[in-house]
Amino acid sequence: MAEDKSTQKGRDATAEGLRRDIDENLKRVFEASLDPEIPDRFKDLLAQLKARGGTR
Amino acid sequence: MTGPDPRDELATHIPALRAFAISLTRNVTEADDLVQEAILKAWGNFDKFLLGTDLRAWLFTILRNTFYSARRKTRREVADPDGLHAAQLVTQPAHDGRLAMADFTRAFDQLSPEHREVLILVGANGYSYEEAAQMMGVATGTAKSRANRARARLCELLGLAEGETVLIPSSSSGAAAPGMGPQAA
Repeated sequence: MAEDKSTQKGRDATAEGLRRDIDENLKRVFEASLDPEIPDRFKDLLAQLKARGGTR
Repeated sequence: MTGPDPRDELATHIPALRAFAISLTRNVTEADDLVQEAILKAWGNFDKFLLGTDLRAWLFTILRNTFYSARRKTRREVADPDGLHAAQLVTQPAHDGRLAMADFTRAFDQLSPEHREVLILVGANGYSYEEAAQMMGVATGTAKSRANRARARLCELLGLAEGETVLIPSSSSGAAAPGMGPQAA
């Protein structure tokens, strides 16, 4: 039935809008959780690995 | 050999790796241990990295594989892909049509690791279902349905109904970031 189809279409559009909002929120929260500062333990680790690789 | 060594780019991906690890483990200390292990594995396997492909995706894959194999070994958490157990612990936030980042994060933390993972890959990082499926080692259809179930679960946890405004204000990103998961006490 045509009416059912358009209702379904409307529902899909709403669902699509909700999906976009959720994904946008996920992006914002993820970006807000990024700490640009790299802890010393990782700087040291990378330096050690690099040094080891260089002597091979 | 010409071109930049992907090893030199590893450091630039550490913030994203840490954020991904926190969203999987929900524990800052555990997350950094996981990142360390993933870096070590990546370093030992750089000969298997295809130059010109997405280094972050490759690192994310190593990190999530490390997370799940450790989890299988220790079995610290009961297998609960749809977060049914977590659902019993939830309290729905009262919101007035606008959503606070803290509420969103709290609801996100209630999801199963599988649901958190797919939302971080597809939602937060914008990977396609196909790319996310490859990283998770599942079929594309599985990645898509998992992502949709995860979004539905998140809406349910947030008490969101269709047609509500669910965008968190972008001004709240940046300052006082709660992070993807609880901060270490």
